[in-house]
Amino acid sequence: MLIELTPLDLSIAALLVLLLGGLSAYMKLGVSRQLYIAAVRTTVQLLLIGLVLKTLFASTSMAFILLISFIMISVAGWEILSRQQRKLKGWWGFGVSTGSLFVSSFLITLLCLLTVIKADPWYAPQYAIPLLGMLLGNTMTGIALGIDRLMQNAWQQRPLIEQRLMLGQTAAEAISGLRREAMRAGMIPIMNSMAAAGLVSLPGMMTGQILAGAAPVEAVKYQILIMFMISSGTGLGVISVLWLISKRLFDERERLCFKRLLKE
Amino acid sequence: MQLLQIKNLQFLHCYSINLQVNAGEIIGLSGVSGSGKSLLLRALADLDKHQGEVLLNDVNQQSIPPHLWRKQVALLSAETHWWFDTLGEHFSENFTPEFLENLMALGFSEESLQWSVARLSSGEKQRFGLLRLLQNKPQVLLLDEPTANLDETNSLLFENLVKKYCAKQQACVIWVSHDEQQLIRLCQRRYFLENGELNHVN
Repeated sequence: MLIELTPLDLSIAALLVLLLGGLSAYMKLGVSRQLYIAAVRTTVQLLLIGLVLKTLFASTSMAFILLISFIMISVAGWEILSRQQRKLKGWWGFGVSTGSLFVSSFLITLLCLLTVIKADPWYAPQYAIPLLGMLLGNTMTGIALGIDRLMQNAWQQRPLIEQRLMLGQTAAEAISGLRREAMRAGMIPIMNSMAAAGLVSLPGMMTGQILAGAAPVEAVKYQILIMFMISSGTGLGVISVLWLISKRLFDERERLCFKRLLKE
Repeated sequence: MQLLQIKNLQFLHCYSINLQVNAGEIIGLSGVSGSGKSLLLRALADLDKHQGEVLLNDVNQQSIPPHLWRKQVALLSAETHWWFDTLGEHFSENFTPEFLENLMALGFSEESLQWSVARLSSGEKQRFGLLRLLQNKPQVLLLDEPTANLDETNSLLFENLVKKYCAKQQACVIWVSHDEQQLIRLCQRRYFLENGELNHVN
């Protein structure tokens, strides 16, 4: 039932990407280069993983699967960091994004594998790797948006934050508005996905399972599980970001420390 | 009684600032732009890193939680900032008779609190900024060129309110200004900040 795609089919889609890049360059929107790099990356990365996925899933070594997971988390953390316009200095920037991904994805996946899926062994790669991948892919978008919003606002509103400190507010009170906004920004994508699921969009994993012959209700149950994990993971991830960054924005006397921020 | 004691305060290019301020006293501070007047006030409010000791009623600044210190040692910066849409939201809700009296004293009415922040002039912002600060009942007022944007009449209203508050609460004030006449009119003692040193003006 699967219709095979020919190289010609793919080049039609590639042409669209090229057109968008050209249009963006013409309108000076400044994304063409990044768009082309991202398109090449997705092609190469997917081809490579497609080649080794079968071997990967056949592996039974826990250490190897943990290693793969840490590589996935670090790469996602790096991607988040490279999208920020303003970063924390030193290793803090990478630490914040990777640390929050660890909470949002690794711990949630672990919990799910141990208590819900209960495969044998629990780290069975055909469950662990795609699950972690889906969580990382989705929560990293939310976390990147949350960090970006928080840092931008903190930078733009620094006189206002100091004004609130001068009036005797605690550091947490002084950035309460910023925290709310960052949380909202981070949660928008997954909230949209949950609201639109089934009515507007058919989630890829669920559709894939059904097309491959799985019972629809079983596929749906998996999709609901994933949605709940992504939303709670994103929320927890953004909360850890807020906590870590606000620790870093203020010193022990709740003074705003902008020397710790780096401009892109 | 010495309300505020500054001992050996060091920040940036100022290596040793010493000053004692009594309750009920208004101290005038002037100096050329960039001499560190604003930074001195920021260090007193503990908004910047600094060395040396600052004591309020013999209690060390560093031994009090920072937000409680800043309630007691209140800084009115040269430019005030507002984060809600209307003025009133920036004030604590129960308007004491004293607060309403202060509001009138600066030429406003209770209805003024309905104003949108976007329409405020810089002078109005300074005056409402003082009222907002006084709601915390600070013991030390650090005023950074507070009347720079005010006309003469409003400057006098502002000065009178600060004088009255200071006397009534037995608070003290450090008033930064470029206007020598204003400082002579208001202050018991005046200082000039130059080359990182605080010099008494006779």
